[in-house]
Amino acid sequence: MDALILARMQFAANITFHILFPTITIALGWMLLFVKLRFNATRDEKWMEIYRFWVKVFALCFALGVVSGITMSFQFGTNWPNFMKTVGNIAGPLLGYEVLSAFFLEATFLGVMLYGSKRVSNRAHTIATFLVAFGTTMSAFWIIVLNSWMHTPVGFEMIDGKAHVTSWVEILTNPSLPYRLTHVLLSSGLTIAFLMAGISAYRWLRNDRTQSVYTAMRTGVTLAAILIPLQILAGDMHGINTLKHQPAKIAAMEAVWETQKGAPLVLFAVPNKETKTNDFAIEIPKLASLVLTHDLNGEIKGINEFEGKHPPVKPVFYGFRVMVGTGVLMLVVSWFGLWQFRKGRHPHKLFVRALLWMAFSGWIATVAGWYVTEIGRQPYLVHGVLTTAEAASAVPSGKIGLTLVMYVGLYITLLIAFVSTLFHLARKAGQSLDTAHTVTPNLVNYPTIQGV
Amino acid sequence: MSDILSNGQWLPLVFAFLMGLSIFIYVILDGYDLGVGMLLHNATTAEKDWMIASIGPFWDANETWLVLGVGLLLVAFPAAHGIILTNLYLPVALMLGGLILRGVAFDFRTKAQAEHKQKWNAVFFAGSLIAALCQGYMLGLYIVGFERTPLNIAFAALSGVCLAAGYCLVGASWLIMKTTDELQKKAVRWARISLWITAVGIAAVSIVTPLVNPHIFEKWFALRNIFMLAPIPLFTGLVILSMEYVLRHLPRANDKHCWLPFAGTATLFVLCFFGLAYSFFPFVVPNQMTIWQAASAPEALKIILVGALIVLPCILGYTFYSYRVFWGKVKELTYY
Repeated sequence: MDALILARMQFAANITFHILFPTITIALGWMLLFVKLRFNATRDEKWMEIYRFWVKVFALCFALGVVSGITMSFQFGTNWPNFMKTVGNIAGPLLGYEVLSAFFLEATFLGVMLYGSKRVSNRAHTIATFLVAFGTTMSAFWIIVLNSWMHTPVGFEMIDGKAHVTSWVEILTNPSLPYRLTHVLLSSGLTIAFLMAGISAYRWLRNDRTQSVYTAMRTGVTLAAILIPLQILAGDMHGINTLKHQPAKIAAMEAVWETQKGAPLVLFAVPNKETKTNDFAIEIPKLASLVLTHDLNGEIKGINEFEGKHPPVKPVFYGFRVMVGTGVLMLVVSWFGLWQFRKGRHPHKLFVRALLWMAFSGWIATVAGWYVTEIGRQPYLVHGVLTTAEAASAVPSGKIGLTLVMYVGLYITLLIAFVSTLFHLARKAGQSLDTAHTVTPNLVNYPTIQGV
Repeated sequence: MSDILSNGQWLPLVFAFLMGLSIFIYVILDGYDLGVGMLLHNATTAEKDWMIASIGPFWDANETWLVLGVGLLLVAFPAAHGIILTNLYLPVALMLGGLILRGVAFDFRTKAQAEHKQKWNAVFFAGSLIAALCQGYMLGLYIVGFERTPLNIAFAALSGVCLAAGYCLVGASWLIMKTTDELQKKAVRWARISLWITAVGIAAVSIVTPLVNPHIFEKWFALRNIFMLAPIPLFTGLVILSMEYVLRHLPRANDKHCWLPFAGTATLFVLCFFGLAYSFFPFVVPNQMTIWQAASAPEALKIILVGALIVLPCILGYTFYSYRVFWGKVKELTYY
């Protein structure tokens, strides 16, 4: 196979695996802080039970995120050497600040947060939890600044084929940043909301019906119900922003081939790149124009206007539908859940089962969304500045293929191990509960667990 | 000199120093993590828990120094980052595989089903070993300028074994400091064995490096330099011999001097690191590219430097804090 395709597959495999874990840790860090603060305020042991369970998930996700993140810092050089050669003056400082300001903060205080509760005061432990949450969010900020800049590059000039900074202010406020950052942070919140609700639902279905399980499930559903309308709003604004800066991506997302006024919203279709039309299309007239331009007869540029400079239509089109579809499902489930949990009631068994099925819905929506935005930027790596092909290295395809097989094998194994461990932890938490209640709860020094 | 100061030419120097410092800190800190991981092979099940507990709070942050080192290579010397990493494509991938396995085994071994714990312990060991061997192998290839003749590859393989031994040495020294009783005695034995393999490795690298690289030969053996630089190998030999002496008498009453092997190993690493840095400077890719040829534009370097100068003291500060929180012997195997 072509070395470029293999290099892209390898990077995609890595980044897909990587993003699963920061998506959890960014919001889970804040959730743990919330739980810890609730405990500090109420001294209700159920909050500490929630903390003890989810901090383990956090540690596991953090480790998986770190090791796959390290891989990425190497792959910039091994797979895309010309990326740094061309835009290193911008990407370099942003990546540098990420490592310096965020990565160290989270990694160092993680040690105190995980193992230090007996060695430092409760207040210092709460502060460590805050610093870990803050660090993960800062990490996301720097990465999203760079990623947004790659979509909407500003504040630079090209001299001898190299980008030189003219304004850091413009780079740090580049046009797609506010929308993308909000969208990503909210998606992290939704991921953790459904994960918490889903894993708690699993414990609930196994008759592990303690206060802490009920509270965690309800907290997850409530958080989802609050975040999902905000996310739909943020997504809509992000789309309008993309229409302005990357119209080819929008055209592919909506599978609009010809430029038209009052474009229909394609609910489902099979885009056909040979005939440049959609087969089996189900459409709602004028709705795409209404959503994107807030005008029934607004003009949307078609894919055909961007000959040779538009992304492949199918993955972007389908990815977008998977993301939006999952989002709609999230809205229905979480709002129905608010009604189910009203006034401290126990939810219906079928609903709890639905929550279990939705446990990883955040992952699906997040990955689908990333595919839309990243494949939607093709054929460029930095929009209008550098194509992906230009950035690739001259490493022979055999070597890339070999390592690709290694990475994919490793990632699939680890993903299976992660999910099965998550459910194992949930089962174990239920079993150890009987003994946990006989131990006099010590408010500051929590009962210890054997091993590391 | 004024040229260097006026045109921002000093920036690559500063970044070469910072990058060297990060890699050095990485080698010491993650060195003991990887060393402890490799030594797991010789430990009983209970000792394994204890050994891993001793590095538990630190390993995440330790590994971050590698990200910083490679990150600085990436952001300050992007051209060199591309050349070095494409030349070391396969060993880098294999090392990353090792680091991934080691890192995840850390968490999985206590969280997965109990019957899988032994398996994850084995993964922990294998990951540490692979990562250490690959790093040493890459160092060897770097020294010979990436030329893959059979002899050079043999040298790189030897360098791999020796770096792994060096990591075992720093790992064993860490355990001497952090543990007691039977495990501490075992760690002393491990340290003595690793010390001698490490010594052989240092000697091999010291002999081969000037032989394969006339430029480096010139640097070390020009008449004037011989006398100026002679203290480095002499002092290295002295440190090795005194470490052997100290180890022979450990553990002592009241655990006196339990920190000495770790300090000795760190000194040994400083000397080796200085020797290598002196040999290759100012090249970042041996004989091909100097730090000035590889550097990013001064305006980009300046903006990173400002951040680095503000943030690095903070990083050192809270790293110090974290070590103080977990100061002393690891006795309890407590989590949270």
